[in-house]
Amino acid sequence: MAYFSIENLSISFGGLKAVNNISFNVEKNEIFSIIGPNGSGKTTIFNLISGIYHPDAGAIHMEGENLVGKSPDRVARKGIARTFQNIELFANATVMDNLMLGRHIHMKTGIFGGAFMFGKRSPAAREEVKHRERVERIIDFLELQSVRDQFVGSLAYGKRKLVEVGRALALEPKVMLMDEPSAGMNTEEKDDLTIWIGDIREDYGVTILLIEHDMNMIMGISDHVFAMNQGEKITLGTPAEVQKHPEVVKAYLGEEVIS
Amino acid sequence: MDMKRDYYEDIELFSSGTILFWTVVLLVALFAAPLILSNYHAYLFNLIMVHVIVAVGLNILVGSTGQIALGHAGFFAIGAYATVLLMTELSIPFFAALIIAAFIAAFFGFILGLPALRLEGPYLAIATLAFGLAIMHIIGHVELFGGRQGLMAPALNIGIPQLGLDWEICSEKGKYYLILSITILMTLFAVNILKTKAGRAFVAIRDSDIAAEVIGINLTIYKTLAFAVSAFYAGVAGGLFAFVLGFFDPFTFHLILSIIFLVMVVVGGLGSVMGSITGAVLITYLMYDLFKNVDEIPVVGDLMVAVSEQWLTVTGMDNFSMIGLGLVMIGIIIFEPLGIFGAWIRVKKYWKTWPF
Repeated sequence: MAYFSIENLSISFGGLKAVNNISFNVEKNEIFSIIGPNGSGKTTIFNLISGIYHPDAGAIHMEGENLVGKSPDRVARKGIARTFQNIELFANATVMDNLMLGRHIHMKTGIFGGAFMFGKRSPAAREEVKHRERVERIIDFLELQSVRDQFVGSLAYGKRKLVEVGRALALEPKVMLMDEPSAGMNTEEKDDLTIWIGDIREDYGVTILLIEHDMNMIMGISDHVFAMNQGEKITLGTPAEVQKHPEVVKAYLGEEVIS
Repeated sequence: MDMKRDYYEDIELFSSGTILFWTVVLLVALFAAPLILSNYHAYLFNLIMVHVIVAVGLNILVGSTGQIALGHAGFFAIGAYATVLLMTELSIPFFAALIIAAFIAAFFGFILGLPALRLEGPYLAIATLAFGLAIMHIIGHVELFGGRQGLMAPALNIGIPQLGLDWEICSEKGKYYLILSITILMTLFAVNILKTKAGRAFVAIRDSDIAAEVIGINLTIYKTLAFAVSAFYAGVAGGLFAFVLGFFDPFTFHLILSIIFLVMVVVGGLGSVMGSITGAVLITYLMYDLFKNVDEIPVVGDLMVAVSEQWLTVTGMDNFSMIGLGLVMIGIIIFEPLGIFGAWIRVKKYWKTWPF
């Protein structure tokens, strides 16, 4: 059985079939991209995986366990992290606190333990320091040192995108869902991000599901590409195969007018 | 920016020597104050500190977690009644009674937190408001709670009478030291809570509940926890309030009190412990002291008394107290929407970069 798989997943909103009978398998440690025009149901698939929506039919398996019906926080505890298309950060907290929130599921301090954080040797302080060390490594990795103590709300768009990646990474995920991570970034930032995504796969051993519009980026780093349109599958294959597929060309470039 | 050498410095209670110094100065001043205070002023300080505890707790809910609450007089009442009844009916020692009462309040907070999972903004405001009113009317109709006649607080014995350890506090100044110690402790707890896992989860829920969920924060647990924690604070404050007043009835805990609590938090600064403290100090002082004595101010005072006698109802100078309080609130919200704490941050920034 595949490491991560989606089987016959469907959901409709009113009469609209947003995701219609979609299936695919993702192997451990691969970069799996989903492409398609706007409104084709890519983000809906992510929302189904993270438990924000519950599918009408179908199953989502990770390591043999069905994730359908689990609430978002339970899905997160299974090791699935995600970033959002429109950035969902905690704007009135610092970069450090945002990343520390990524450590939430790994921390044990309760309300009483926290209240009694007196002195360096208290259990709460020790746990804080331990997790701050881990977060600091991610800050190093994504080169966020200069904004470490700044409020997220005051950061530039590209930096905020990175903080979101960092927060997802702090969760120590097995699978990471990245929803258009390069949107709104300039070419230089995109190049850096491409390298980082590769590093996240190599160094952190994370399996990555990627939604992207930037074809250069997709073709460069993906192992497999899944193309969809209007909630339906078009094709699945290696980047080179998908790029040549007539339906993909049609969906992206439009039909040739035969006169 | 200061150089940091250790991750612990991020979460230290006193992040710099300056803060430590001024904290020590403030504490020495507070502990020495009764030497020069009159009994009336000791009483006023006690009232202020009780309100500080409520405001600090309420700010965790309203400021940090972003849940509006208009029923905190209800938790305040639960704390007061439970503490006194546990002491008089079950002869439980004071500290045990205070803690049990606070947990009872926290339990009610948890219950009120459940509908909050589905309600937001104005709907939540109405639900909590109804809770506050319901508590006031329920205690007004039950014989055990003294009905409308109210309850008398017993002698404040902070020892354990069963073991022959008696330590009775009679004077206002004695109560001052007791309440001051508890207020400092509760404030430190709040500062610590907001720096650790639960506090960050509260802020996460306020800023983006969808993102909070996908990083593994259980909304049910943390929203109800925020209600329980802030109700716990109100419960502790209520238990102390009972002994500050000595006598109280259901109408001590009316709706306006809930609103005043919320005003303290908003005027002080949402989401900040220091803001809650300054808000509670300012509003309580204005309500109970400054505007109560306007008639003693030369010229203006006489004028006001004349106006009041000529044009206003029999409540007299209380009219001005309420008008003044209203003006202060409007002024702060218009000129400094982030509250007194926001103004402080601006001043600090200004001096840091001065003269540029």
